[in-house]
Amino acid sequence: MAMTVRVVERPKRTFATQIFLIEVWKGLLVTFRHLFVNLARHTAYALGMRGGEPGAVTIQYPEDPAVLGKRARTRHRLLKREDGAPRCTACLLCETICPAKCIRITAENAPSVGVEKRAKSFDIDLGMCIFCGYCVEACPVDAIHMDANEVEISRGTRQDMIWNMAELLGDVPKAPKVPGAAR
Amino acid sequence: MAKVKFKLNGRELEAEAGRLVIEAAKDAGVEIPHYCYHPALGNPGNCRMCIVEVAGAPKPQVSCRLPVLEGLDVKSDSPAAKRAQASALELHLVNHPLDCPVCDQSGECGLQDYYMKIGQYQSQVREDKVHKGKRLEIGPHVMLDQERCILCTRCTRFVDDVTKTHELGVFKRGHVERIELTPGMTLDNGYTGNVVDVCPVGALTDRDFRYQVRVWYLDKTDSICPGCSRGCSISVHTNTKRNWHNEGRRVARIKPRYNPDVNGHWICDDGRYSYRPLDAGRLGKVLRLQPAREEISWAEAAVEIADRLREGDPKGLAVVASGLLSNEDWKALKELLPQSPLYFSPEPDQVGEADELLRRREKVPNLKGAEALGLKSGSFEALAKDLESGKVWGLYVIERDLEKVWGAKAKDLLAKAKWSLFQGPFKTPLSEAGSYRLPATAYVEETGHFTNFEGKVQAYHKALEPIGSAKPDHEIFGLIRAALAAEREGAAA
Repeated sequence: MAMTVRVVERPKRTFATQIFLIEVWKGLLVTFRHLFVNLARHTAYALGMRGGEPGAVTIQYPEDPAVLGKRARTRHRLLKREDGAPRCTACLLCETICPAKCIRITAENAPSVGVEKRAKSFDIDLGMCIFCGYCVEACPVDAIHMDANEVEISRGTRQDMIWNMAELLGDVPKAPKVPGAAR
Repeated sequence: MAKVKFKLNGRELEAEAGRLVIEAAKDAGVEIPHYCYHPALGNPGNCRMCIVEVAGAPKPQVSCRLPVLEGLDVKSDSPAAKRAQASALELHLVNHPLDCPVCDQSGECGLQDYYMKIGQYQSQVREDKVHKGKRLEIGPHVMLDQERCILCTRCTRFVDDVTKTHELGVFKRGHVERIELTPGMTLDNGYTGNVVDVCPVGALTDRDFRYQVRVWYLDKTDSICPGCSRGCSISVHTNTKRNWHNEGRRVARIKPRYNPDVNGHWICDDGRYSYRPLDAGRLGKVLRLQPAREEISWAEAAVEIADRLREGDPKGLAVVASGLLSNEDWKALKELLPQSPLYFSPEPDQVGEADELLRRREKVPNLKGAEALGLKSGSFEALAKDLESGKVWGLYVIERDLEKVWGAKAKDLLAKAKWSLFQGPFKTPLSEAGSYRLPATAYVEETGHFTNFEGKVQAYHKALEPIGSAKPDHEIFGLIRAALAAEREGAAA
């Protein structure tokens, strides 16, 4: 295939651009405009002259918790039925749809006839998860949600990034972020 | 038979007079939906799924009861025909529990397939569904769920017409009509797995395969059953991409493959459930066992074995093989050791029950292949005598468990030989009694040909990668033969 080449003319460097000073001042103008506008908003809010939100504030993350949107997809959670058993029937649709292949389920016979099949193990490797939410969409029994409101999922080792069924159900607390630290 | 012309969906077609419209359509590449019709089990016409529009007929007709006639004008995809098919499907689903998430059939279910193809309607059912028996273990291999059943009666026709054992029947009438075991019987006739195959829905499922792995993860490879000299065509279903399923076993199930010349649509349970031990007790390392147990390379092993073979009289080396070898293996073995006596008779350990349907007495697939190459087997009793008298100095054992051949005295007999070697895919009690242990591939890991008892040569294909450094038997024979030839050249120079 013949390559089509288009020659782009380089922007001309004049003396004014080469000393940078003018461009620096242009940039600082934006910074200071924000500073004074925000200062005015905070002052007006403090004096009761303005309703609604105060001016912009820097979020002190990680000292303050992160503010999440209502529909943010966060760490997975497995739900339980009314009798306390996991809702999951091990149909493997989430494992099938998962584009990151981070879900591993093994199935077994359930003791009651009403629920024939259940998960023997259910592992999610959050180190591989891309938080697309397809597993939640695919689930026919509403057994998996991504609403644990936890985004700080990092752990010291890759192995610790894998959450098992008891941890996803909330029955067992996950190992701490720093190995050896108190839970 | 005379040919007649008829029209299907506007296409001019020709078929034998008297052939059913559903069959003639299939020949022309048009699949008319159906449940009860099965080419080997007849056409009761009770499922009403294959309903088509026939020009001139006041009502739609079922195409599995309609013979092709001259000038017949059939439409299987007209709006009226599709509406009639969708209505039939809707009736089948009125009391279906729709538990696809936990049903092993899902992914290969007739109800799912036709719903996506011709259904797609909104359910009108507001009433509670009728409840029937679930999770009924009706035999050692088969699980029955009466709620999922659509009463096509394929399974009852199978046990009535094919095995003639009559374990299943249709009981009661109306909305409580159901498939049930004949009182006092269990479904255990040696061919029970076939009712799972003919069941178009999830009513009859395999207990062995239950919840092991979803069918859409499986890869399918055409193969030949090595269970007896019939050589039934099978399809090996393997799960290799998600190894946490199926308890880590690579072969998930074996299904029959239609072959009108050998097995038709069926296989026996012995062959179907023979896959479980395929990953157990496998050999993967080339071992030198004497003077010390040590892993060596194929090249080293071939040179050392070739040296030993050249030293000894080839007539005093007994080759113990079995009908599990492929035609390729037999040929390579013949070329490697043309003068050595062969012992591959299925007696006494590789024979079993035979029946009129499929199962043959010899439980190995390829005795005819050896015969076709002019190979003849000596008797194992004579070999035992020759070993005791010292006439035989070496034993080349291929895939055979000598304890099953000679019983408890096998160990002593093997010790009589000055040199012996075991080659095979599976551990046997005496596989480490000789000087070398060579790992061979199982039939699912190699490509080859079996010649069945009628002389039909059939190919089987590689479904899985070999374990460790295992090689097909004919490659091992080839390596040793090349080592023999290379050293002869070296000696000549």
